Amino acid sequence: MPKDHGIGASSKRREDVRFLTGKGVYTDDMAMQGQVHAVMVRSTVAHGKIVSIDTSGALEMPGVLAVFTGEDFVEVGGNPAGWLIHSRNGEPMREPKRPVLAHGKVRHVGDAYAAVIAETYAQAKDAAEAVAAAAQIAELPAIIDMKTAVADSSNRVHDEIPDNVCFDWGWVEDNRAAVDAAMKAAPHVTTLELVNNRLVPNAIEPRASIGEYFPGTGNYKLTTTSQNPHMTQLLISAFVLGIPEHKLTVVAPDVGGGFGSKIYHYGEEALVLAASKKLGRPVAWTAERSESFLSDAHGRDHVTKIEVGATLDGEILAFRTETLANVGAYLSNFATVTPTFLHGTVMAGPYKVPHVYVNLKTVFTNTAPVDAYRGAGRPEATYSLERVVDKMARELKLDPIEVRRKNLLTPDQFPYTTPVAVIYDTGNYQATLEKSLELADYDGFGARAADSAKRGKLRGIGLSTWVEACGLAPSHLVGVLGARVGLYDAATVRVNATGSLSVMVGAHSHGQGHETVFAQIVADKLGIPEENIDIVHGDTSKVPFGMGTYGSRSLAVCGSAVTKAVDKIIAKGKKIAAHMLEAAEGDIVFENGSFSVAGTDKSKSFGEIAFSAYVPHNYPLETLEPGLEETAFYDPGNFTYPAGAYLCEVEVDPETGKVEVVNFTCADDFGNVMNPMIVEGQVHGGVAQGIGQAIIEQTSYDADGQLLSGSYMEYAMPRADDMPMFTVDHSCVTPCTHNPLGAKGCGEAGAIGSPPAVVNAVIDALQRGGYTHVTHVDMPLTPSRVWQAMQG
Amino acid sequence: MTKVTMTVNGKSVSADSEARTLLSEFLREGLRLTGTHVGCDTSQCGACVVHVDGLAVKSCTVLAQDVAGAEVRTIEGMANADGSLGVIQQAFQDHHGLQCGFCTPGMVMTAASLLKDNPKPTEHEVREYLEGNICRCTGYHNIVKAIMAASGQDVSAIAAE
Ligand code: FES
Ligand code: FES
Repeated sequence: MPKDHGIGASSKRREDVRFLTGKGVYTDDMAMQGQVHAVMVRSTVAHGKIVSIDTSGALEMPGVLAVFTGEDFVEVGGNPAGWLIHSRNGEPMREPKRPVLAHGKVRHVGDAYAAVIAETYAQAKDAAEAVAAAAQIAELPAIIDMKTAVADSSNRVHDEIPDNVCFDWGWVEDNRAAVDAAMKAAPHVTTLELVNNRLVPNAIEPRASIGEYFPGTGNYKLTTTSQNPHMTQLLISAFVLGIPEHKLTVVAPDVGGGFGSKIYHYGEEALVLAASKKLGRPVAWTAERSESFLSDAHGRDHVTKIEVGATLDGEILAFRTETLANVGAYLSNFATVTPTFLHGTVMAGPYKVPHVYVNLKTVFTNTAPVDAYRGAGRPEATYSLERVVDKMARELKLDPIEVRRKNLLTPDQFPYTTPVAVIYDTGNYQATLEKSLELADYDGFGARAADSAKRGKLRGIGLSTWVEACGLAPSHLVGVLGARVGLYDAATVRVNATGSLSVMVGAHSHGQGHETVFAQIVADKLGIPEENIDIVHGDTSKVPFGMGTYGSRSLAVCGSAVTKAVDKIIAKGKKIAAHMLEAAEGDIVFENGSFSVAGTDKSKSFGEIAFSAYVPHNYPLETLEPGLEETAFYDPGNFTYPAGAYLCEVEVDPETGKVEVVNFTCADDFGNVMNPMIVEGQVHGGVAQGIGQAIIEQTSYDADGQLLSGSYMEYAMPRADDMPMFTVDHSCVTPCTHNPLGAKGCGEAGAIGSPPAVVNAVIDALQRGGYTHVTHVDMPLTPSRVWQAMQG
Repeated sequence: MTKVTMTVNGKSVSADSEARTLLSEFLREGLRLTGTHVGCDTSQCGACVVHVDGLAVKSCTVLAQDVAGAEVRTIEGMANADGSLGVIQQAFQDHHGLQCGFCTPGMVMTAASLLKDNPKPTEHEVREYLEGNICRCTGYHNIVKAIMAASGQDVSAIAAE
C-alpha cells in the first residue's frame, strides 16, 4: 500500500496552488515603491578594446538617472572562482579578474560594459542604445576555437595569460604511468574522439534582480533569481562590493528554474545594489531572453579523446582521457570545479576498471562563461565512458549488455575505492541493469524493430549504465581539493507555542518541491500533520547560513540538517516531558507525536510540550532554557552515489536522418525516496534535457564569436512532441550509509545518464540497418548530421 | 498614453497604455496581474498565453490598444468561483504537471483552449497542441498526463508513472 503521508508518500505539492492560480511571486513580479529600471549595454563584438564610452548624450535623454561603466567599479573587487585548481606541475590556475562591468576590454558578445538607469524600462532601453552608439570599441581578433586558442599565444583573451589556458590538470596524476603501461599492454584499445556539445540552460524565467538601499539603516537588500542566496550574499560582501555581510540581505523568492545557471553571482546583482545606493531608489533589472542566451553561464563544451584498454573478451583494463574544456571569457563561480572534480572523480564509472587517468585543460575563449549545468561534469564523464564502452563492445563483436554485466562492480565490493579517489558507499548495479531490461521489454525488441522496418524506419536500442557523485559535499575533502567554501547545509526548526512549526532551510527550491518534501520529513519524524509545518527558504535574513541548491544536494545535505534539527527538538522535548511526567529522561519515549513514560500510559502530546516550553510554569528552568527552537548544520561525510541503467529506443528515418526517441526507460537507485511523485518528475525533466542535448540542442558561435543560436528561433528547445512518455523506476534501493535519511539525490540523474543511451541507440539503429561504417556521430544528432554520417 | 479599457476575468478594467504597450505588459504592469509570465522575446515560449475573446493568444504578441474592449481571461481567472482549483489546475497538481511554475500559467491556458476545441484529445494531439509552449522542468510527461486526466480520460495506463 503506498503511504499517504510522511516519508515515502507522493504528497501533492503545496506550492502548486499558488503557481496554478497566478499567485507565485517571482522577482520580476515585484514592484518596489519608487522602482526605476536598469538596462545593460552589451558588447556586440566578441573581443575588443574599449577606447571610449561617451555617456553624455544618454544622460540627457528623458528619464535617464545614471549611466554606469566599468570605470565606476575599478575600485571594487571582482567576482571570484569558487575553487582554486592546481595544474599538474603544481602551479595555481590563472585567475583573471571578473569585474562588475567590463573594463579595458570586452571579451564576449553580450559582455556588459555599461548600464543605464532610467525612470521607465523603455527610457532605459532607448538610452542604452544611445550609449552603445556612442561607445568606441576597437575590435580584436576573436578567440573561439579551443585548439587554436591553446596553440596561438599571440592572441589572448586575457593579456596576462599567454596560451589562454587556465590550468592543465591531471587526475589522478600519480596514476598516469600505470595507466599508460596498462594501455600499452592491453590486447585491444578503442579510441573515440567526441564533442560534448555546448548548451544554454534556459530556465524559462529569465534572470532578474532588484537592488534596494535603505539610507536610514545603511542596509541593502537584493531580491534576485538565485539558487543559493547565502552564497550570493557572501560573494557580494566579501569579494565584490565589500558591503558588510550584516548590512546585506539577499532574497530569492519564487524562482522559475535554474539548472545551474542561477547558482552563480552575476554582475547585474552588484550593479543594481550600487545603483540603488547612488540613486536612493530601488533599481530593477530583468533579462530579455536574448540576454539570457548571451550572458547566462552556458554548460558542457568539452572536446575529448577517450581510450579504453580491454581484453578481447571485453574486460575493461584502463580508461585514459584527454579533454579541452571551454570556460569562456571569465571564470564563473563553479567553472573550475565542474570539469575537474565533478568530472574526473566519476571517470571510473560503475566499473571494476583498475586504471584510470584524466587529463584536462581548461581554455579561455571569447564566448560566454561556461559553468555547471544540470549534472555538471558528470554528464560529460558519463557520455565519454558509455560511448567508448559501447564502441569497444562493437569492435570486439560483443553484446554491449554482456560487456556491462562483465565489468559492473558487484554488490559485495562496496564500499569501493575507485582509482580516481572516491569511495562509493553502496550500490547494486546489476539490479538496476536487469530492472531496466525487464521494464523496457528488451526481449521484445526484435519484434518492435521488425514493426519499425515495416514502416520504413530503422530501430535501435542503446544502454547507459552510470554512477555519479553528488550530495555536494564533504567540506574537509573539498577543502583539500581547492574549494574556497564549505558545503554543509543548515536548518532551524522553530516550534511555535501553539505547536505549529516553521522550518527555515538553507536549500532553495526553484521547482524541486522542498516546501512539500521537507514538511513530509518533519511531519513523519514528529508524528504531526504536514499542514502544521511551513518551510521557509530563500531569505538570508530568515534562514541559517546554507549553501543552496545544486549538485543534487538539497535532500541529502539540507534534508539531513532538517533531520538533525528535529532530533534535537525531540531530545529537548524528552527533557521537558520527563519533568512534567515526573519520570527519568531515559524512560521517556517519543512515538506518534507524543512523549510517554515507557511501560505506562502517562504521556504528553507534542503540543503540550511545545506550550510548556513557551509558557514554562511547570518546567525545569534551573537546567533547561525555555523555548523550543533548534538549529543544525550538517556536513556530509562523503558524496552520495546514485546510479542507474537507462535504455533508449529510437527510430531513425533513413530518408531524412531524423531521430525519434520512441521509448525511454530508467531504472535508478536513489537510495531512500521521500516523495516518489517528485522524484519521478525530477527524472523526467533531467531525461528531457539529456534527450535535448543528444538530438536537438546546440549552441553555436561563428568564427567571429557571434552567437548563432541566440533565441528560441535558432536554439532548439525540447518541446512536447520531441518527447516520449518515460518509464521510470526507483525500486532498486541501496540506502546511502552516511546520511540519516539514506538518500542519494535524484535531481541530475536524468541529464547524466540519458545522452549516451540516446546516441548508442542511434548508432545501434544505423548498424542494424547496414550502415556499419557509422561508429560515432557527435551530438546533437540532427537529421543533417545523421544523414551525412549515413552517406559516409 | 491612452486609457485602454477591457474586460479581464469578468471585470471591466482600464489602465494607461502607450501605442507600443504589449498586452502582457498591460496585464503585468498596468493591472498588476503578474500570473501571466514573460519568458522570451520572440513569441516562442508560451509562458504569456491568455484568452482573448475565447481564443488562446500569446499576450506578448498583441498590442494592448488593439484588444481594447475585448474579453480577456488570465490564469488569475481560472479557479472556481469558490476559489478552489479548476479542473485543469487540479489535474496539474494531482499529476505533478509543474515544477518551477513559470511555464504553468501558459500551459494551463493553452490546455483550456485545447480541451474546448477537442474534449478528448489523444496523447499525440496534446503534444502537438503544446507546440508553442516550452517547459524546461517537467519533460512534458506529467503535463500531457494532467491534460488528458483533465479531459476525463483514464491515465493510469500511461507508461509507468
Ligand atoms: S513571452 Fe510570449 S511567447 Fe514567450
Ligand atoms: S515547470 Fe518550470 S518551466 Fe515548466
